[in-house]
Amino acid sequence: MSIVADIKAILIGMWTTWKHIFRRPVTIQYPEVKRIPSPRYRARIVLTRDPDGGERCVACYLCSAACPVDCISMQSAEMENGRRYASWFRINFSRCIYCGLCAEACPTMAIQMTPDYEICNRDIMNLVYEKENLLIDGCGKSPDYNFYRHAGIGVAQPRGAGREETPPVDVRSLMP
Amino acid sequence: MNYDPTDIALALGKIAVVLAVVMTLAAYLVLIERKLLGRIQDRYGPNRVGPFGLLQPLADAIKLLTKEDFRLPGADKWLFYLAPAMASIPAIMIFAVIPFGPPTTLFGRQVEMQVVDLNVGLLLFIAFSSIAVYGVALGGWASNSKFALLGSIRGLAQLISYEIPMGLSLVPVVMLARSFQLSEIVTAQEGCWFIVYQPLAFVIFFISIIAECKRTPFDLPEAEGELVAGFHTEYSGMRFGLFFVGEYVNLIVLGGLAATFFLGGWHGPWLPPVIWFLIKVMASACVFIWIRGTMPRLRYDQLMHFGWKVLTPLALVNILATGWFLMLKG
Repeated sequence: MSIVADIKAILIGMWTTWKHIFRRPVTIQYPEVKRIPSPRYRARIVLTRDPDGGERCVACYLCSAACPVDCISMQSAEMENGRRYASWFRINFSRCIYCGLCAEACPTMAIQMTPDYEICNRDIMNLVYEKENLLIDGCGKSPDYNFYRHAGIGVAQPRGAGREETPPVDVRSLMP
Repeated sequence: MNYDPTDIALALGKIAVVLAVVMTLAAYLVLIERKLLGRIQDRYGPNRVGPFGLLQPLADAIKLLTKEDFRLPGADKWLFYLAPAMASIPAIMIFAVIPFGPPTTLFGRQVEMQVVDLNVGLLLFIAFSSIAVYGVALGGWASNSKFALLGSIRGLAQLISYEIPMGLSLVPVVMLARSFQLSEIVTAQEGCWFIVYQPLAFVIFFISIIAECKRTPFDLPEAEGELVAGFHTEYSGMRFGLFFVGEYVNLIVLGGLAATFFLGGWHGPWLPPVIWFLIKVMASACVFIWIRGTMPRLRYDQLMHFGWKVLTPLALVNILATGWFLMLKG
């Protein structure tokens, strides 16, 4: 009879909810307990340094061009030894969507994502980070990459003495 | 007509105690409901405000009192102001006739543990729950808003159609106790609770009071998520608070009546009677909350079908069977 089946269905439902009362809730009690995100979690952006201590960012504008919401802006400048750097570098974290396209586009592994997600602020203007807020003293996720050791221009070493380069041939040694 | 000042003081004292206890219990029942519903749903209820969220009702009261007081442009002003009061005051007043203990001796005289011991207490309860229906109807009508009106029309129809099985399921109780007086109904259950003699009447009464409280599965009048908020859409601040508290007071009061009519009132082994009464009321309230956490909402036509075509005939058949049985027993 359908009535018996219906009453049984209601009672089974009530038994299920009764069991759930005594289970441990699945809530994580933030902020007393925090989840640890994985190391590749994309949150706050940082600008990293070389293993040799110099800034990696060469202000090539590739991250700014890759950004889908145009939240990165910078101005390039050049030192006397020919090394490019950013005279100012600004990321607007209220616009940033934390997609990681800028980190993928960077040729020098300068701009990187960290798993630090607790950057909320009461004043929205405090979410516009300048270069001094973004630059860190470490190497980030790539501890032994120095762009200028692989590049052909003579900044960290003379031309021809880079990592993947062979030194120029002495043409007089080719003579018969 | 000379009233002893002690009598008057005792009466006022009882009123004060009952009012204080009922209002506090209603406020904390909101918290208990949120926490119990949370546990059913594998989450914690509110636990930020005090230890275990115990100051949450205070925070809610402060929030409701400091909200903007709407003056609706097209609304009927006096009905709009009157409706929350008409929904919650009758609910509190039903508590005047519920006995929560045996008559005790205080200050050298017999004091009944109810505010007033009417000899037609049961009829008074049914009358008051009918007045509470006005609050729903006026709330929706006076709001001058489509969803509120729909909610109140449905609420009105639901409430009056579930009062019939509610009243009919109490007729066997009166037949067994031979009186309408609530204290006599409780003393008639000294040997055995009426739920043993009248399980069907208990089930019908329980379902009817869930419908009277407008709770899930019968909560279409206030259908959170379907009719915005039903008949109390246009209310804000403490007016909404009054509807809300009225609903929870209704819950407590009707739980108390379920305890009085079927679960033996204040009878119980070794705890003081008032404690037993409170246990039974809170147990009924927790079963209401449990059902809310379990069942989906009934559609309006399913609701009306159930009330008129299932519960009312069952209640009538129950009355016939009880009368026949009593006549056979002599």
